Amino acid sequence: MKRRDFIQQTASATALATIGGLTLPSFTLLKKETKITILHTNDVHSHIDPFGPEDGRNPNKGGVARRATLVQAIRNENPNTLLLDAGDIFQGTPYFNYYGGELEFKLMSKLKYDAATIGNHDFDNGIDGLYAQLPHAEFDFLSANYDFSNTILDTHVKPYKVFNKNGIKIGVFGLGIMLDGLVLKNLYKETIYLDPTEIAQDMSRILKEEEHCDLIICLSHLGYHYSEYSERPSDLKLAASTKNIDLIIGGHTHTFLHKPTITKNAEGKNVLVNQVGCYGINLGRIDFFFDSNRNKTANGTSIIV
Amino acid sequence: MTYKPLIFLFFIAILFCCKEEQQQHLTRIEGTQISISDSLETDLEIDAFIKPYRERVNKELDSVLAYSVDTYSKKDGELNTAIGNLFADVIFEQSNPVFKQRTGRDIDMVLVNHGGIRSIISKGNITTRTAYKIMPFENSIVVVELKGSSINKLITYLLEAKRAHPISKLKVVVDEDFNLTEATINSKPIDTSKTYFVATNDYLYSGGDSMTFFQPNDSLYILNYKIRNALLDYFIKVDTINPIIDDRFIQIKK
Repeated sequence: MKRRDFIQQTASATALATIGGLTLPSFTLLKKETKITILHTNDVHSHIDPFGPEDGRNPNKGGVARRATLVQAIRNENPNTLLLDAGDIFQGTPYFNYYGGELEFKLMSKLKYDAATIGNHDFDNGIDGLYAQLPHAEFDFLSANYDFSNTILDTHVKPYKVFNKNGIKIGVFGLGIMLDGLVLKNLYKETIYLDPTEIAQDMSRILKEEEHCDLIICLSHLGYHYSEYSERPSDLKLAASTKNIDLIIGGHTHTFLHKPTITKNAEGKNVLVNQVGCYGINLGRIDFFFDSNRNKTANGTSIIV
Repeated sequence: MTYKPLIFLFFIAILFCCKEEQQQHLTRIEGTQISISDSLETDLEIDAFIKPYRERVNKELDSVLAYSVDTYSKKDGELNTAIGNLFADVIFEQSNPVFKQRTGRDIDMVLVNHGGIRSIISKGNITTRTAYKIMPFENSIVVVELKGSSINKLITYLLEAKRAHPISKLKVVVDEDFNLTEATINSKPIDTSKTYFVATNDYLYSGGDSMTFFQPNDSLYILNYKIRNALLDYFIKVDTINPIIDDRFIQIKK
């Protein structure tokens, strides 16, 4: 197993970019480094237009048309990019009340989102309301711990998806929050919530051992951390009780992190947990650099956040 | 002829080597957060796509429904507020006919939560947007049949919260130490041998805002009537709103 050496730095971290001697001289047929860029949002809550200049909290922030410019610029710079959303796409502005999520899904499709997981508010028009909008979504919904077999969403939501970007296999799976007490039963109907920790352990094993993924990402709507309810599943608890997950992209708690959290998994290895607040005010970006050079392993993995 | 095995070996060697080379190793991770601000240019194609949706929504939201004679905030008032009283009274007025038609009974009282009023009502025109601002959530009205003993728990909750949670048809008077001196529903004392029909929203019914007294209950009636729609229907019905702070929840100091 490779040793991962994590270096946390706030600023001027790019100096580390040249860490370790690069490339074996001549025999390498492949390019020496592949960069995978993961872009992510969460809890956008139908915030399509930017906040106005008069807004008390987030003046002139957000807006899908601006996010589109940024995402396109990043894709131009690195085509090996995935754009993901951690749920609660719906509810928060009249766009949702008037169009039921149609515009949200159409815009996410135009921005070429690759996958999203399902948040509790995505049930706000009922499971039928979500199903009705699926034709507008040209991306996959991933949820491994919602069992939809007895619902209209059966076969329309996958537990995980494996993306191949320039030879790098990226496994992404989704996790949703407990619906009972948060969403009315008549909205989620026969959806069965399964224990997210057990499911995550299964998923990471499947993605690592069966799908041979180089990178494993969990799209979670569990919430970052619950200090007053220590038994409640959260991203930090999930990170500590699983292995082989490289990144947990979270949502639900509208947590604004100054930088991604680096925490330890069940094997004492590092996991990144990130969440970017809400309402499309921020875009999260995590770059993973892969090297085909065997000798690189000795140098471990550095994390710069 | 004799070269063949050598060439073959050479290819094997290359394949083996390449296979080794293709092992991908994660060497470095960089994480940043990018603010979506006005320094980013607007994607014109996306903006043009949104435009017809935006125009239709804005046109509907800006349609005038009623007139407000003053500005009302949930911060104006101690244990009851003009906007909160309006909020609870509208829920009663709009949902009681629906409830009565279905059950033949009347709603006895209304309780919702102070935090559920999400905006002020400004003096001047009331539009559809006003209703969306006050009530952006999709919560619906439910009627819960509660025993008199549960109503007492509900009142204890109000005394402990010391907040202007919107109520209608219920009257609560406390002394300077917040001891209960009077509690009535429709001007009659709470009868613990009776059951009462309490209108609230589905969020509070499920224990939201620590309102645990809605469970257990004798029965639940789901009206399928959103609070926002009750407000909209009320604003369409009336010309002017002029709610006041009254004596439905007050503290009498010596």
